[in-house]
Amino acid sequence: MNEAPKLNSFKAGPDEEGRFGIFGGRFVAETLMPLILDLQDEWNKAKSDPTFKADLEKLGAHYIGRPSPLYFAERLTAELGGAKIYFKREELNHTGSHKINNCIGQILLAKRMGKTRIIAETGAGQHGVASATVAARFGLPCVVYMGATDVERQAPNVFRMKLLGAEVKPVTAGSGTLKDAMNEALRDWVTNVDSTYYLIGTAAGPHPYPEMVRDFQSVIGQEAKEQILAAEGRLPDLVIAAVGGGSNAIGIFHPFLDDEGVKIVGVEAGGKGLDGDEHCASITAGSPGVLHGNRTYLLQDGDGQIKEGHSISAGLDYPGIGPEHAWLNDVGRVEYVPIMDHEALEAFQTLTRLEGIIPALEPSHALAEVIKRAPKMGKDEIILMNLSGRGDKDIFTVGKILGMGQ
Amino acid sequence: MTARMEKRFADVAAEGRPVLVTYFMGGDPDFDTSFAIMKALPKAGADVIELGMPFSDPMADGPAIQLAGQRSLKGGQTLVKTLELARLFRGEDQHTPIVLMGYYNPIYIYGVDRFLTDALEAGIDGLIVVDLPPEMDDELCIPALKRNINFIRLATPTTDDRRLPKVLENTSGFVYYVSMTGITGSALPDPSLIAGAVERIKSHTELPVCVGFGVKTAEHARAIGASADGVVVGTAIVNQIASSLTEEGRATDATVPGVEALVKGLSVGVRAARLAAAE
Repeated sequence: MNEAPKLNSFKAGPDEEGRFGIFGGRFVAETLMPLILDLQDEWNKAKSDPTFKADLEKLGAHYIGRPSPLYFAERLTAELGGAKIYFKREELNHTGSHKINNCIGQILLAKRMGKTRIIAETGAGQHGVASATVAARFGLPCVVYMGATDVERQAPNVFRMKLLGAEVKPVTAGSGTLKDAMNEALRDWVTNVDSTYYLIGTAAGPHPYPEMVRDFQSVIGQEAKEQILAAEGRLPDLVIAAVGGGSNAIGIFHPFLDDEGVKIVGVEAGGKGLDGDEHCASITAGSPGVLHGNRTYLLQDGDGQIKEGHSISAGLDYPGIGPEHAWLNDVGRVEYVPIMDHEALEAFQTLTRLEGIIPALEPSHALAEVIKRAPKMGKDEIILMNLSGRGDKDIFTVGKILGMGQ
Repeated sequence: MTARMEKRFADVAAEGRPVLVTYFMGGDPDFDTSFAIMKALPKAGADVIELGMPFSDPMADGPAIQLAGQRSLKGGQTLVKTLELARLFRGEDQHTPIVLMGYYNPIYIYGVDRFLTDALEAGIDGLIVVDLPPEMDDELCIPALKRNINFIRLATPTTDDRRLPKVLENTSGFVYYVSMTGITGSALPDPSLIAGAVERIKSHTELPVCVGFGVKTAEHARAIGASADGVVVGTAIVNQIASSLTEEGRATDATVPGVEALVKGLSVGVRAARLAAAE
């Protein structure tokens, strides 16, 4: 790794060019470059502006419902017979996932920049719903690009976006999932640079998005750290989150990166297994490449063409990953592991029945890894998992697979 | 600047007309047909060839070029084969400059050094890589310039006077002015606005300025060519190819002649450009 950040910290990145080691950067068309530089300026100003911080905190408390609770999953812990399991309950946020944390932050920036139109891409629809929500709250028109396949399998979220006044544009190119939606959003942005703010939902894309989204989502880890200290008087032994693009994961990981005793695990979508092409494990089964404005781990063939991933969860169905995760993998700070569709599905049912919480299929992947690890850990050890979204949007998908007829 | 590119621009300027730059997607719809198209281009009046390298995620391209890329990839095109197209062409034509155009990832995966070596050997004169702005010059631009391959940069309506020097700094061969903020194949804006933009760029550089994105007809070529040093036509050619294919996307007897006829018409347009400007 050239130019690793200060050796005593894993939190120093990115550098001025937006790089985390070899990852990150600004690989975009010239049309977008001036805009990205403007955004970076505005973001730097906002970071040190007390008014911006105050607005963010006020909306966080009264609109999103922060802080989200830290919940000790007593019955799940007893059932697994090992480490104590805590959930950071981001699924209780307004709109039902962690996505709103980032959307509130970015729409405040869009307003500062004088933009009059919001565009967003969405996979599972959680980011689309959160974008449509903040657009309604701030009175801006919003267009959400969503893969046609996802429009079909995440119908409840499509209705929500439409009710919120957003225009949902189905994208049929490629396999009609998140990657294709992002291409189409970038085409819209290139065409409407003057008026439009692109509200990226994950900690990926050209600099400064990965850093900015991480900072907006880090509230998850900051709160969790205080909450676990209050509850247990010490830090957790293990922090786990699911990783698609990686925004909920980087949000909970980042505040713990320099805490040596805390092991950190990111869970990728193993789909139907890593042997074929039907998975989305960019780090475990991919290689470094350049897509959507950054260098990161990608699923690609020997000619550098991007492959279509697969996951039961539309939110993890992306053939790349945020550049900071790519770097954290290479420097060995975070371990990334795959979880298969069927394991996530089992975990989904376990949590629903044991704790009365219906998780989204995305954090169900993290949960499946918790279920594997907790029994092997001591009863005095602590696991902190990011329960990043609720599963209301997934009940039809799951019901169909489980053969629960109408 | 490669001697071939410099000579071609100088020769055409001496004829008192703008350069006609023609784009097509390598391997669309198959290797042999696209080789035949490539050979037909200079014969029909094209001065410079832009050879498209297909990419699965062409973020700056409109539907026509997206589909061309998909046809090409489906037909088994790879970067190795695109370089092979250039090499074969160079065996028959030593004078027409070839510019490779596409996205960075296939080049990055191929390996930058290996790519530059093979591109030189295949007779490539320049590169246009859409997702490498000046901020990323260390990736490919600087290594290419060291090997004497032109790195042609896009300037756009959002490239203001403050930014223009940075964009032009390591640009060589020619400057490609993108006529509007948008994707390839959009509608052409008012030629008088373009003329102003071309003048603005020319006040910062000695390089020729070619204008593209939205040029579809001989009349467009004539109007744009009145102020610019060159006119780039891409989507119109790609559309012409698409319209000649069978339902399954295979080439027909009309594919190559269709491109030839279109480019001949465009060539008439650029040849009328300066006459029009003089009127």
